[in-house]
Amino acid sequence: MATYSTSEFKNGLKLMIDNYPCSIIENELVKPGKGQAFNRVKFRNLKTGRVVEKTFKSGESVEAADVMETELQYLYTDGEAWYFMDTKSFEQVGADEAAVGENVKWLKEQDMYEVTLWNDVPIAITPPNFVELEVTETDPGLRGDTSGGGGKPATLSTGAVVRVPLFIDQGEMVKVDTRTAEYVGRVKK
Amino acid sequence: MSDWRPTATLEMLKTRARLLSKLRAFFAEKDIYEVQTPILSQAGNTDPAIETFVTQEHENARHSIQPSFLNTSPEFAMKRLLAAGCGSIYQITPVFRQDEQGKRHNPEFTLLEWYRIDFDHHALMGEVNSLLRFVADGFLTLERSQFYSYQDAMINFADIDPFVASGEELKAAVVKAGIEVLGMENAERDSWLDLLMSHVVEKNLPLNCPVFIYDYPASQAALAKIRKGSPDVAERFELYLNGMELANGFHELSDATEQAERFHQEQLKRKENNQQGIPADHHLIAALEHGLPECAGVAIGLDRLLMVLTGAEHINDVLTFPFDRA
Repeated sequence: MATYSTSEFKNGLKLMIDNYPCSIIENELVKPGKGQAFNRVKFRNLKTGRVVEKTFKSGESVEAADVMETELQYLYTDGEAWYFMDTKSFEQVGADEAAVGENVKWLKEQDMYEVTLWNDVPIAITPPNFVELEVTETDPGLRGDTSGGGGKPATLSTGAVVRVPLFIDQGEMVKVDTRTAEYVGRVKK
Repeated sequence: MSDWRPTATLEMLKTRARLLSKLRAFFAEKDIYEVQTPILSQAGNTDPAIETFVTQEHENARHSIQPSFLNTSPEFAMKRLLAAGCGSIYQITPVFRQDEQGKRHNPEFTLLEWYRIDFDHHALMGEVNSLLRFVADGFLTLERSQFYSYQDAMINFADIDPFVASGEELKAAVVKAGIEVLGMENAERDSWLDLLMSHVVEKNLPLNCPVFIYDYPASQAALAKIRKGSPDVAERFELYLNGMELANGFHELSDATEQAERFHQEQLKRKENNQQGIPADHHLIAALEHGLPECAGVAIGLDRLLMVLTGAEHINDVLTFPFDRA
């Protein structure tokens, strides 16, 4: 079983913490001039996305997590799993609901996603920062309507609902920031 | 690749130069003179908490085949000068410690170390305070300095009495502070105390206020005199400013037999931990046998001082070439 000593800790290192695969996002050496050294470490739990902070007595070793991030193409869902394919080997993997999570609303067939595999099983999906999607449903906006100014809700082809400006019509393509679920602009077809 | 470039701004280089000349002016005015001692020695630091850089084995001046050691502190050599009768001295020197790299650590860093004849740790704390206020002028507006015994600091800022709390109570205080710690199954009491000091007390200290903490547990004496009492305490102090440990000082141990015994205990501890064996400095023992005048000494991390003065977040911001680029 591979392990890492605290002296090898660095950002991005994948470790098993409380039985979960975690990635180091911050590692600080806390060492008095005289006395015991510690590593104060912030981790992102790769399954839940939660950030946890732990302190290690320096010199301790921690089990490595067999985690890999890979770019895969989204194919389809059968309602229970969402299938992704390696475009070189054509191998497919199915991600369950927990792995896909909220990001299900950004999944568009044929697009590429970053899939995090733990022991070869998908545990998280990261969509690109920006996606282009079709508006499938929105109220017809009245041009010149300045009331509110906050736009209107629009449902996109993947099911995501975002606020768009009043001039956006059904059937148009829009660019959306997946990190904030905000409308970025209209895409010319 | 721009790794050839310094990580400090050119402005920071000038600030460092200004700090150095202010420090030298401070000491010149007090008739404390500057010395230089070797950086490479035939003896090392036996402290189990510090790892010395060791050279390959080579033939030394006495025709034996041995490694040499990069200084982790100029303390031993400076005490030999004190025993030789030099009077009050200071030194600004690079020192080296393995595996110490992070926001506040670089394996090579600069220490300002000075010794005052006939001072105890309280008198020296006063002088460190004057020096800090002298160099901080123009950088930081400092609150009135605060002085706490180690016991009072722990009681005030971590809500625990370090001299009466059981091991379990120390653990409970760590948990209460919301710290999740791993790898402490076989940890000693002092490790728990170090954890509370570095993770709880340090964080709770007031801003822009120099805080001196003195009279440490006897088990953390390092090279300080131990004062008999209930309990015994080590006449040692530290200075904290804005969450940063800046200085460590001692009313210096002058008893040769006790010093030799402490070296021996540290060597045993290193062996127990499977750490590399380090020869103790027999020159220091011989100097103490000859007689070290009553004195107090202190080391200040100069890079950290510069960090605090300029508000730098990372030690790399005040170094020309940190270890990765050195």
